[in-house]
Amino acid sequence: MPFYVAPEQQMKDKADYARKGIARGRSAVVLQYEGGILMVADNMSRTLHKISELYDRIGFAAVGRYPEFENLRLMGVRFADVRGYQYDRRDVSGRQLANIYAQTLGTVFSESLKPWEVEIVVAEVGDTADDDEIYRITFDGSIVDEQGFVAVGGSSEHVSTQLKDRFAADAPLSAALNAATRALARENGEERELEASNLEVAILERSRQHRKFRRIQGRRLTALIEEGKAGGAAAPGGDSTEDEADE
Amino acid sequence: MFEGFEGGRLPAAFMSAGTSSFTEFLSSVSPEMLPGHKLPAGGGTEHLTPDATTIVALTFPGGVLLAGDRRATQGNVIANRDMEKVFRTDEYSAVAIAGSAGIGIELARLYQVELEHYEKMEGRSLSLEGKANKLAQMVRGNLGMAMQGFVVVPILVGFDENTGVGRVFSYDAVGGRYEEQRYHSIGSGSVFARGSIKKLYRDDLDETGAAKVALQSLYDAADDDSATGGPDLHRKIFPLVDVITEDGHRRLPVEVVARLATEVVEGRAEHPDGPTVELG
Repeated sequence: MPFYVAPEQQMKDKADYARKGIARGRSAVVLQYEGGILMVADNMSRTLHKISELYDRIGFAAVGRYPEFENLRLMGVRFADVRGYQYDRRDVSGRQLANIYAQTLGTVFSESLKPWEVEIVVAEVGDTADDDEIYRITFDGSIVDEQGFVAVGGSSEHVSTQLKDRFAADAPLSAALNAATRALARENGEERELEASNLEVAILERSRQHRKFRRIQGRRLTALIEEGKAGGAAAPGGDSTEDEADE
Repeated sequence: MFEGFEGGRLPAAFMSAGTSSFTEFLSSVSPEMLPGHKLPAGGGTEHLTPDATTIVALTFPGGVLLAGDRRATQGNVIANRDMEKVFRTDEYSAVAIAGSAGIGIELARLYQVELEHYEKMEGRSLSLEGKANKLAQMVRGNLGMAMQGFVVVPILVGFDENTGVGRVFSYDAVGGRYEEQRYHSIGSGSVFARGSIKKLYRDDLDETGAAKVALQSLYDAADDDSATGGPDLHRKIFPLVDVITEDGHRRLPVEVVARLATEVVEGRAEHPDGPTVELG
């Protein structure tokens, strides 16, 4: 005789399962800076990306189980390329992609036994900072239109709070990167030193021609991290004393 | 929202590990979107689409240059004066087309998406050889249309990041791929353009020198081939010139091409047959 499980209980169990899965991994943040949108993930691997390009103006960041969000990434690239080929490159938007993702994740969550343990961000850089769009899509297909910055992952609330204090939409790239890494380093209440080798960083650069997405790695990343640290220490006001106290 | 987007999910093919080729993917989900999908029966296909004409490509130390005239013809009529038949396909390659314009432009557009799609899916771009072979397959895919008279012949130029040199690949209508040394030309005025480049080409040309040679050769093609358009100083329509070097793809600004083309035209006022070479 099959057991009866109340739908509420079933959904709750699935949600708990997904949350636990996501919490095992590291977080990622997406935020505006003066030249566009910055995406930063805590990622040891140089080849298994958490951050990728979807289309000309649109980037993708994800946390959770790699094979699951990799599937979503492939789907997004295919959808965007078919759309852009069918109509025009300008007719591919972040909102469409976010909707497709939300519907897909929503269907998986309600129909299959095992929900996907992923949380993703779709970001689109606009012509001006006001036109930027950042969407956060959770494992159950909920979609949130975020303003300015967003953190995803197990302890995203904690990272988000950290980021909120340091976020400025018109900050230079090095300062924005510094804010992002500091927020990520204080995940789970612990404190770590994040180096270039732990970070996956990419930007959607507003002024760039054709495809706006660009990875920042190697020497350029190291230089930016150094610059960000130096900028943080040299900045006047309470922030700098706090920085020194941290070190 | 999207054809086939039913029940909140895209078709399963969108999520399968499957292929990194856009053409292959599209032929499995929406084959009707591919160019030349449905072949009309019967002949009489002349003049359905205009013909694109002369393209020249030449290498220079550290790069490669691709230039095309702007005319499209339909029989004896000039169908278009400012057509673009040179396309940036990715950071390190460009294609240009000669032959049936309608099919050719679609082929170039599909090829652009193909290269970018592969790069995004795989996280790295195709090798230049890989790009050249992929284009050969796509031209071969158009064979059915070619048999009915819609022949498209592309030319591919690219900067080979492994060896640091510019390379030129030409194609025939059945997808045969041939690597050309130093320079090449395709299209109705190509015979005249190639003769012209042959006399002007030097192994130590710089970028501007290469652009001058290209513009001279296009002028010669326009001089002797009625389907090729010369620089149109009155309407300010000039050939398109794309340059690819280590720094990536760049289309020469209109002002630069206008200046060089005006020099060529003015030079011809003195010497209608253009610059001559020393005998000896």
